[in-house]
Amino acid sequence: MSTTRSRHDQKTTAATAKTSTQTSSETPAATVVSARNLVKRYGAFEAVSSLSFEVRAGEFFGLLGPNGAGKSTTMRMIYRVTPPTSGALTVLGFEAGRDDRQIKARLGVVPQIDNLDEELSVLDNLIVYARFHDISYRDAKTRAHDLLDFMELSGKANAKIMALSGGMKRRLTLARGLMNDPQIVVLDEPTTGLDPQVRITLWDKLEELRSRGVTLLMSTHYMDEAERLCDRLIIMDQGQIVAEGEPERLVNEHVSAEVVEMRLAGMDAERLARVAERLGASVQRSKERMSLFTGDGRALLDGLRREGLEPARTFIRPGNLEDVFLKLTGRSLRE
Amino acid sequence: MAKTTPLYGSRKPLSLTGAWHVWERNARVYRQRWMYSLLPNFFEPVFYLLGLGIGLGAYVSSGGSFENGYVAFIAPGLVAASAMNGAVFETTYNVYVKLTFSKIYDAMITTRVNIEDVVLGEILWAMTRSLLYGGVFLIVTLFFGIPITPTLPLAFLAAALTGFCFSALGLAFTSLIKSIDLYTYFFTMFITPLFLFSDIFFPVEERFPAFLVVIAKATPLYHAVQLMRGLVNGELAGLWLNTLYLVVVGTALAAFAIWRMRRRVVV
Repeated sequence: MSTTRSRHDQKTTAATAKTSTQTSSETPAATVVSARNLVKRYGAFEAVSSLSFEVRAGEFFGLLGPNGAGKSTTMRMIYRVTPPTSGALTVLGFEAGRDDRQIKARLGVVPQIDNLDEELSVLDNLIVYARFHDISYRDAKTRAHDLLDFMELSGKANAKIMALSGGMKRRLTLARGLMNDPQIVVLDEPTTGLDPQVRITLWDKLEELRSRGVTLLMSTHYMDEAERLCDRLIIMDQGQIVAEGEPERLVNEHVSAEVVEMRLAGMDAERLARVAERLGASVQRSKERMSLFTGDGRALLDGLRREGLEPARTFIRPGNLEDVFLKLTGRSLRE
Repeated sequence: MAKTTPLYGSRKPLSLTGAWHVWERNARVYRQRWMYSLLPNFFEPVFYLLGLGIGLGAYVSSGGSFENGYVAFIAPGLVAASAMNGAVFETTYNVYVKLTFSKIYDAMITTRVNIEDVVLGEILWAMTRSLLYGGVFLIVTLFFGIPITPTLPLAFLAAALTGFCFSALGLAFTSLIKSIDLYTYFFTMFITPLFLFSDIFFPVEERFPAFLVVIAKATPLYHAVQLMRGLVNGELAGLWLNTLYLVVVGTALAAFAIWRMRRRVVV
């Protein structure tokens, strides 16, 4: 495995170098996607409301939000299969709606649902897709084998799509999206419905792509995925941006460094909240549980103990994007 | 790798290069099973010509329209119907599955291919199927004593043109429906009467009242049959009108199908 990997690395490093010179000649600015006041309406329903953001070359950019936040619609507008109702969008310096073929030629798309061609073998799926991009048959074949290596699917080249597991299908869909040597890879909820181990394998591949200088644009409703992978992200809810920035900074800005979680189990919740607030924590309550946001969880627990409050089953964890979302929208990401 | 063909990177919504790659995809799928896909196409004409031509034909008095025998009358019409079937099957069930169940059009249009190219590619592929269906049928008819005329090679092109008009029709219908069950109506209420009343088995003008003849002459299979029969028999008078009909109606339906498919897929 390691030998095939290094052989492939050499090849794609060259490919990446070529891509980056292209980028600099075509788009002098480091902005590769620029959306201004993007709106998408379906009848009376507004899926995306006046969205503005920029993606920079080489970064891993995330769209985080619950189902129905407008992430997929935004992604589809970027990869040019959904026309915006209004607003301006440029991708790699090309104007959306006018130069769609130019844009599509330079994007790699991994859609939310697997739409692999079940009438073709694994290898032919890649080759046919490259032909859609007008890549010669010979180049397509070479690249298909390279990418099957990279995705650890070489043994499945002649398999039928039906015979692949869910994780293999996702990897093949990612390989397919890389066939045209894209400058930006767009991934719409790439790990939804996958086993935890399979997700980690896919994350590794995405990190490897990032390290080669490919710009990645990913939507997800998994907080941990966004936190782990994204350099920068926007948090979306009901078609709007509720926060934007680096994951770490967003957590620092909106929630505390640590969160103390506890079960209420017969405690005087009112008093607990009062004391915690006096000790500088902010409080989030549900029926059975309480979360205390603080700079130092241990110190807070000590403080509570001195007041005679001994909550059971306490658990100190770092603040995360889920907390940010909860704080800004009052709702949970996982609805 | 990302080199751009000038035309294929242009702002024109429809690209022949894109359509060609869609055709290629279908050809690649077909290549895996062409043998057992094409084999029935040999038997179908044999059965029709045996049953209707040799069997029923024995009881049909020759003379009038049937002066060369009943087999000679129905053979070219059956070739046209076979070309029609090739295009119609391809652009109804097959396209519907790709459009709604396997979603492969959604995958195609994330590449440099546009939905307009997809529709044109499907038309070109359906024409290829018509050429194969109709062509095989035409060759089989020669074994039933159909004489070879100088215009016979053009009859193969007529099969492809028939495929053009009917693939556009099939795509136009497919672009409108939201349930695969509705094809029953398309086939029973439209394709079947076309098959029976388009001059394939008898001259409608001699048997039907004027208003039914007008309807028959307004439908595409009638013109495909006239064109095919004229080319097979080497009688070219008036065939330009049938050709014009198939080109104009086919182009109008193709334009409609492209417009509808864009509204349906690019949302």
